Amino acid sequence: MPTNEVIQGLGLDDYKFGFVTDSEPVFRTRPGLDAEIVRQISERKDEPEWMLKRRLKALRIYDAKPMPDWGGDLSELQETLDQTYFYVKPQEQMERSWDDVPENIKQTFERLGIPEAERKLLAGVGAQYDSEMVYHSLKEEWESKGVIFDSIEDGLRNHPELFRKHFGTVIPAADNKFAALNSAVWSGGSFVYIPPGVELETPLQAYFRVNQERLGQFERTLIIADEGSRAHYIEGCTAPVYSTDSFHSGVIEIIVNRDAFFRYTTIQNWSNNMYNLVTQRARVHRGAHMEWLDGNLGSKLTMKYPSCYLMEEGAHGEIMSIAYAGDGQHQDTGGKVIHVAPNTSSSIVSKSISKGTGRSSYRGLCKVYDGATNAKSNVECDALLINETSRTDTFPYIEIDERSASVGHEATVSKVGDEQLFYLMSRGMDEAEAMALIVRGFIEPIAKELPLEYAVELNRLIELEMEGSVG
Amino acid sequence: MNDAAILSVAGLRAKVADEDLHILKGVDLVIRPGEVHAIMGPNGSGKSTLAKVVAGHPAYEATGGSVTFRGEDLLDMEPDERSQAGVFMAFQYPVEIPGVSIANFLRTSLQARLEDDEELDLFDFQELLMERMELLDTDPSFAQRPVNDGFSGGEKKRNEILQMAVLKPSLALMDETDSGLDIDALKIVAQGVNTLRQENPDMSVLLITHYQRILNYIIPDMVHVMFKGRIVESGGPEVAMELEARGYEEYRKAHVA
Ligand SMILES: Nc1ncnc2c1ncn2[C@@H]1O[C@H](COP(=O)(O)OP(=O)(O)O)[C@@H](O)[C@H]1O
Ligand SMILES: [Mg+2]
Repeated sequence: MPTNEVIQGLGLDDYKFGFVTDSEPVFRTRPGLDAEIVRQISERKDEPEWMLKRRLKALRIYDAKPMPDWGGDLSELQETLDQTYFYVKPQEQMERSWDDVPENIKQTFERLGIPEAERKLLAGVGAQYDSEMVYHSLKEEWESKGVIFDSIEDGLRNHPELFRKHFGTVIPAADNKFAALNSAVWSGGSFVYIPPGVELETPLQAYFRVNQERLGQFERTLIIADEGSRAHYIEGCTAPVYSTDSFHSGVIEIIVNRDAFFRYTTIQNWSNNMYNLVTQRARVHRGAHMEWLDGNLGSKLTMKYPSCYLMEEGAHGEIMSIAYAGDGQHQDTGGKVIHVAPNTSSSIVSKSISKGTGRSSYRGLCKVYDGATNAKSNVECDALLINETSRTDTFPYIEIDERSASVGHEATVSKVGDEQLFYLMSRGMDEAEAMALIVRGFIEPIAKELPLEYAVELNRLIELEMEGSVG
Repeated sequence: MNDAAILSVAGLRAKVADEDLHILKGVDLVIRPGEVHAIMGPNGSGKSTLAKVVAGHPAYEATGGSVTFRGEDLLDMEPDERSQAGVFMAFQYPVEIPGVSIANFLRTSLQARLEDDEELDLFDFQELLMERMELLDTDPSFAQRPVNDGFSGGEKKRNEILQMAVLKPSLALMDETDSGLDIDALKIVAQGVNTLRQENPDMSVLLITHYQRILNYIIPDMVHVMFKGRIVESGGPEVAMELEARGYEEYRKAHVA
């Protein structure tokens, strides 16, 4: 096992996104949550009556549902939520040009490299700051082809029928406690529509930044990829390091229509004081293809299981995830695939790394309904433990009601061994370099799927994490 | 005389680090620049342990004696420092590093030799790698495979020699590199080693083997016989011939007596 110097936890100071921006919100609700606060949020957004009703109903569901007693430790969450600002509005209105975004907020995103990435590699960018999208823009080329990429609020305002037809149909409020919470207080997130046959050549990206201390961020995203379309959506998130805990609970609903292809990539790099409880689900139609690529690097506790509901013949779902749990972190992640129709196929590949007192859990569900003939599913989860104090668990649930289904499951746990370290060191690498190379090799099958700048970021992070004060 | 030695092992005793199990019980060995020394001996006699202690394996602890490399105390150095100083060990049982290509692995090894602010020139590296693979009659696609992952025994050994050829050590510890190689592969490996020695006439080799066969291609200056943690006989190439004919029986008898 590696020496103590090398495996010493990463001080939070290594987290380069931990800076705070000095900005005054234009409005915020008082801490805590009740019906009045939900009304205030809806009013601020100038919403139709039906949405307010939905929100209030969702709040009742949220109040009625108990805290989950599985997954991570949520015993102190209620206390955090009582202190949380559920809605913080950073600026008067969302802008379509960075020039119109208030200077300090704009600088925040510049430090995060967003405008630059937008110019170079993206079809469109949305930037959320605390509770609202402060910027949203789509390149003219795609707008003229009928692509819609807007804040969720503008989606509701400008495309009321399309919105109402799909909103909450993939993830109803009653799905789980945090989906209910999000349905009550959602704010920010994207509304995306890709018209039939349109193939986006570069990704859309939404970036989520929390700045306010004790904020709850509840973005809501609704994506409809229409027949034969093709697109890739990337989500990134970071926050300052505060001594108090913050809370993030998003809901992402995706509808992938016939023969469409959609990939949703998340690089979650929250600071280590963040609860990150997210519900992501895609409904996949005939011959369509959905991929979740999920990187969970930050947060205090993440509970997140992207899922694919394979509703029609030939639908395909893939979930690839990397979780990194450093000191004090718990990544409870995995995926769910639900086979409802014949000849559907799915695969889950999950890799986790636990270091120091970090803990990672794989939690997955593979369900095949009766009549989903010849459904095929394969699950592979691999855990790498860096230290004796690191921990990993696997909770694979498999429910099969169809005889012709074929389902495979494979799980491995490995430790970075002395033999591996010595082998690399005997070639001239120091212990931290050796460790970083082993870890990078371990995640390589998934890292190579990441957009380049994120792969580079991930490598940098691993190097930082493995570096200690050797010597 | 020892000043001229590239490697000087004197009275070396070593045990398993976290056990009271002594393996090396006083080993003496002097290798001068450019020399090839072979070590033979039955399984379990401590040959690999000697190589690993010289390379700095943390599973072993030196409890007495010294190991000096070009006048420096090796036992005081980390394995990576020894590697950077010019020691290379070709492993008897190379380890798998999934997801890391041989090219990436070697690039990282070479980068580690540079100062923090220096970047390895990737073009030069590619050129070196290609040239070294050609030398060992290895297909270029080999460098894209993950290190030792799913390799045959012979491929693993070839990979060790490729690494050695790229890293260009001044002392090569080759631990049973010949085991499991067919005669063609053996010739390529031997030819590779000999080319490296021509390129750097000061390069020394400590060759651990069970078979006299490889010594037909890499001619040793000295052959040592190791038995129960000690070198019990040293001589010229003829020692290997005799061992091949007679086996280790007489050492066993002598040991019992
Ligand atoms: N790490 C270890 N732990 C316990 N015993 C060991 C260890 N390494 C070597 N040994 C023992 O020491 C002896 C010498 O081993 P080794 O050096 O591998 O022999 P050789 O290479 O000559 O076959 C053997 O009996 C072996 O079982
Ligand atoms: Mg051996």
